[in-house]
Amino acid sequence: MTTPLASREDTALLETRGLTKHFPIRRGLLGRTVGQVRAVDGVDLRIRSGRTVALVGESGCGKSTLGRCLLRVYEPTSGEIRYHRPDGGVVDLAALGERALKPYRSEIRLIFQDPFASLNPRMTLLQIVGEPLRVNLGLSAAETEERVADLLRRVGLRPEYLHRYPNAFSGGQRQRVGIARALALAPRLVVADEAVSALDVSIRAQILNLLKDIQEESDLTYLFISHDLGVVEYMADEVSVMYVGRVVETGDTDDLYGRPLHPYTEALLSAVPDPDPSRRRRERIVLKGEVADPSRIPAGCPFHPRCFYAEDRCRTEIPALREIRPGRTAACHFAGELDLKGVEES
Amino acid sequence: MLMQSEHTSPQADDFDPEAGRASPWRLVWRKFRKHKLAVAGAIVMLFAYFVVAFAEILAPGSPSAVDERHTYAPPQLVQVDLSWDNGVQLYVNGFRTERDPETFEQIHTIDPRQRVPITFFARGDSYHMWGLIPWDRHLIGSADPAQKVYFLGTDRAGRDVFSRIIHGARVSLSIGLIGVAVSFVLGLFFGGISGYYSGVPDTIIQRIIEFLMAIPTLPLWLALSAAVPSDWGPLMRYFAITTILSVIGWTGLARVVRGRFLSLREEDFVVAARLDGCGRGRIIFRHMVPSMSSHVIASLTMAVPGMILAETALSFLGLGLQSPAVSWGVLLQEAQNIRAVETAPWLLIPGVAVLVTVLAMNFVGDGLRDSADPYKQ
Ligand SMILES: Nc1ncnc2c1ncn2[C@@H]1O[C@H](COP(=O)(O)OP(=O)(O)OP(=O)(O)O)[C@@H](O)[C@H]1O
Ligand code: SF4
Ligand SMILES: [Mg+2]
Repeated sequence: MTTPLASREDTALLETRGLTKHFPIRRGLLGRTVGQVRAVDGVDLRIRSGRTVALVGESGCGKSTLGRCLLRVYEPTSGEIRYHRPDGGVVDLAALGERALKPYRSEIRLIFQDPFASLNPRMTLLQIVGEPLRVNLGLSAAETEERVADLLRRVGLRPEYLHRYPNAFSGGQRQRVGIARALALAPRLVVADEAVSALDVSIRAQILNLLKDIQEESDLTYLFISHDLGVVEYMADEVSVMYVGRVVETGDTDDLYGRPLHPYTEALLSAVPDPDPSRRRRERIVLKGEVADPSRIPAGCPFHPRCFYAEDRCRTEIPALREIRPGRTAACHFAGELDLKGVEES
Repeated sequence: MLMQSEHTSPQADDFDPEAGRASPWRLVWRKFRKHKLAVAGAIVMLFAYFVVAFAEILAPGSPSAVDERHTYAPPQLVQVDLSWDNGVQLYVNGFRTERDPETFEQIHTIDPRQRVPITFFARGDSYHMWGLIPWDRHLIGSADPAQKVYFLGTDRAGRDVFSRIIHGARVSLSIGLIGVAVSFVLGLFFGGISGYYSGVPDTIIQRIIEFLMAIPTLPLWLALSAAVPSDWGPLMRYFAITTILSVIGWTGLARVVRGRFLSLREEDFVVAARLDGCGRGRIIFRHMVPSMSSHVIASLTMAVPGMILAETALSFLGLGLQSPAVSWGVLLQEAQNIRAVETAPWLLIPGVAVLVTVLAMNFVGDGLRDSADPYKQ
């Protein structure tokens, strides 16, 4: 696991305050707004420099939307994205116009989930990876080629592939190209949205290790979005668990996996396959029903219709995300009081 | 868990040294080539436009030269004579002309005993090539300029049907191209605005398109063409008809363009371009437009035959181009009454020309549509 420098331990790189993204639901000829999909609903997230922070949760709970808001692919509905610049200043990325945002676009980069859709099939690797270099730095053709060849080498691809089109490459190779593109401008924060989930299981480990190597080399910070808790355990220093647009629990990976504080986290962890088959299988907690519809979030604790520990209070009162132990927060009225099972240390 | 798996060497696996070298257009061509019908159609189409370009030379005569002594003359088929001493000779049989004693109409019958020699680059009616270079040679024609020959017969005024079909191709096929070019500009512009900006402009443009599409085409054409003043010259009329055809034609293309823009806007690689710092112009012209150009070309090709048919139909009904302009529709107008068809069935040959070109273009369009996206799995 990465061991960040002690001095960096507590320097936040990016924090969100009440970050919210609502997608309007439009109907009819005139596109009247008839409702809101509350994909991200008031998220406070803190990403410390040099660390890998994982965002986990079931499909549809707003992980990608949150990630895309940080990159301003989506315009946040409200809230702040406080980014700590290298010179120590703090800017609210959510408030910047497209032009003012441009310098930060090269410091915060995205690795896409789908290695097929994210590379323009009509461009060669040189053009794809070279695009951010040419657009932002205005490098000449020769300089770009040299830099791209270096980047390809860094992600384990032969520089001879420069003039090839992506259609010849396997998923894993394409994902390397995507990583090279993300690294082209020497970013500080890389958001990896399900970066390995579209890949063959046999290739995942290679790509994960590549990401780790790169982090060690260049002091990167990752926001690692995944629904695969096994991968997250391997990659992340810290974990934030999301449920219908909200963060319900945060903590260091080991502690969160070992001693979950939120019933939702417990349920997620119970589904993780045990690496040691000789041990007694943990009992799998099968949640009732579906993930709540983000356009009709239940009153009170959004998790209460599916929660085995729910009581009357849960149906009316929204639990706030609060600190339960140092470095551990959870949004449950009974956090810390319940006896929840985690994953045993392997 | 996969965590324990070995720290792999950074070098990713190797693959076919040739893979991934082909440019997108080459991939389109590879797929297109597999459609035999489409390739055949493309050859016919290229040939047709070659004829359009060199109509003056390729036609054996002028399309407007009248010959009162040979009205409704039947086609004179080209024959080959190998027996003559001075090598291979081409010839056609001459006519024997009589008058119907009752109606005084000319009746021509082919006389196998008469031979009119045929040569290449024969001297004939003089013309200006592309309206510039004066010349009088024709690719094929009678060796004796005084003795006219009609490979596909003549019409009511003794005009050469073959020459008229070739010159008619110029108008009919170019109306298709120009009409589609105008639709292309309109469709790309409005479809682009609609798809890229969406919101209010999109809603307005979509409603206009729906309105235009809801009007039955034929009555609209008829009304518009009837509104074209009858004293306009052939050129003005030509442009008026083209405009009328494109007013309707752009809607389909606008829909295609809009649809592509809407779906491309959400594509990851377009989002990636935005995150790479590309400006709006670069995103549109470097990423989105190339991804839809093959679709656009395919739908343009599909639109051309429709335009050709529309012109033919309008002219046939007497509302499009009119004599002395020569188009396939104008020629078919000659074949409008049963009697003419009975006595001179060769007047229907322009219809065959329409059929062949329209079919060829439809095949090409089909082939292009299927190969437009070479990256589809
Ligand atoms: N562009 C959009 N317009 C409208 N609704 C959207 C849009 N993008 C996402 N949503 C909705 O927002 C919610 C959260 O989606 P999001 O993609 O962020 O989830 P996710 O946690 O990334 O899920 P997954 O694991 O499937 O990727 C979903 O209900 C989704 O339907
Ligand atoms: S607040 Fe109640 S319903 Fe929500 S997680 Fe805690 S126990 Fe379950
Ligand atoms: Mg997602």
